[in-house]
Amino acid sequence: MASKPTQKRGFKLPLPAPPLPPQLEPLPPPPGTQRGRPHTPLEHAAEAGKSVVDWVDERTSLSGAARWMMFRKVPKGTNWFYTLGSATMIAFLSQAVTGVFLAMYYRPDASGGAYESIRYISTSVFLGNFVRGMHRWGATVMVVLVFLHMARTFVWGAYKYPRELNWVIGVVLLILTMVMGFTGYLLPFDERSYWATIVGVNINGTGPIVGPYLSDFLRGGPEFNATTLSRFYAIHMLIVPGLLAALIGAHLYLVAKLGTTAPPWIKAKSTEPELLEETA
Amino acid sequence: MAPARRQTKSKYTLDRGMPGAFEGETVTRRRFMTGTVHGAGMLMTAGFTLPALAFAFGPIFQNVTLGWQTVGYPDDFPDNNYVPVVITTAPGIGEAGKSTVYLRTRDPAVDTQPLTQYNRWVAVTSRCSHLGCSVLWVEAAERFICPCHGSVFDLEGVRVAGPAPRPLDRFYTRLFEGQVQVGPRYSVNTELRAFSPRDPGEPLDGIGQYAYPSRPSVRKLPGNV
Repeated sequence: MASKPTQKRGFKLPLPAPPLPPQLEPLPPPPGTQRGRPHTPLEHAAEAGKSVVDWVDERTSLSGAARWMMFRKVPKGTNWFYTLGSATMIAFLSQAVTGVFLAMYYRPDASGGAYESIRYISTSVFLGNFVRGMHRWGATVMVVLVFLHMARTFVWGAYKYPRELNWVIGVVLLILTMVMGFTGYLLPFDERSYWATIVGVNINGTGPIVGPYLSDFLRGGPEFNATTLSRFYAIHMLIVPGLLAALIGAHLYLVAKLGTTAPPWIKAKSTEPELLEETA
Repeated sequence: MAPARRQTKSKYTLDRGMPGAFEGETVTRRRFMTGTVHGAGMLMTAGFTLPALAFAFGPIFQNVTLGWQTVGYPDDFPDNNYVPVVITTAPGIGEAGKSTVYLRTRDPAVDTQPLTQYNRWVAVTSRCSHLGCSVLWVEAAERFICPCHGSVFDLEGVRVAGPAPRPLDRFYTRLFEGQVQVGPRYSVNTELRAFSPRDPGEPLDGIGQYAYPSRPSVRKLPGNV
């Protein structure tokens, strides 16, 4: 650091200061004191990021919640089957994201606009066929994973006390996933979609007493009409995704709160006889 | 087991020893205020929830009538073979709202349904009564055949084979200004008695007509036709 030249009375010399001789330069910092300080630009950027996170965390205590969620204890014997639930959720997120991008181009118009918009997505939009394919095959993937996850939970006995409510929520999620598949199938509005929906709604009508009214509700009238596609679109885009997001949140919260179970073949250690005698 | 429930306080102010209480008093100032606020909140929520629910469930109760549609001249339809015509079942959506109806002139030797003013021409729907696929009239076999699950119906639309629970639906027909017109749809049971239109998959014999009731959204023509 250069020091200013001595002030002459009434005279300022606006020149840069000459460099100091080596003996008068300030000493380098002692070893061991510069470790945590940022030096490179990358470290400065990381420090800035950490300050932002600290600012938010001080006002929300989100880091405690994140630690509670992520660093839970899992029982001995946890294996790859336990990943099926997360896999289902990732499939759902993939469907949600690809669905949002498809919705930017889709037109829910029963007099031909729907088919046209899907054709446009498949042929003219950049990566449109890929996104549409991801959404279409992702639906199959999600249904398969949901069933595998359900089977794993059943075979492991992970529905028993205190996880019964979680199982019930899971079944509701399964039904909602099926509803998503059913309503989404109509949206391309080609021959297969149209007839599959006719047959599907009629299957709903075969339930006694309530069936005919349920069919009317789904179709929006006694016949397949102009509002049927709009109803299916609203159910597929708004009602069921909202319910799915809320229930998945509840499902995950219960899993973190109650913890996961050990596989059925892991037996709990029995207490030693000496310990029982000591407490007697 | 769940922890023992908390003992709720008695709702009578006399039991709780509040000053000025009289026999049978339950409303305190606190209860009145909270009750009023809750009531106002419920009114507010109902104000936007009930219309939305009515909007969603309204179509179940709204009666939809298809008018009469002209399909041809009386000479176009023989009495031993069906001619397919296209009618509009839902306006405004182009091809998706159209349906095929098979039409022929009533033959007294074959038709067991009593003659009324609305069945001088027999109009049979192409919608299979099993689950709604389109049936095909095969003239050589004199049968309607459904490609989906193999239901077969005879000349009158009565089920001969397959999983269909009732005969094919029919449409009212009439002569108007010299031309044949096709009107609303109605469902029939195996004796070809007319009922309000039902969806495919719903039987109408015996207990079926009560287990699958008619809907406010679509009815057969009034009277015993």
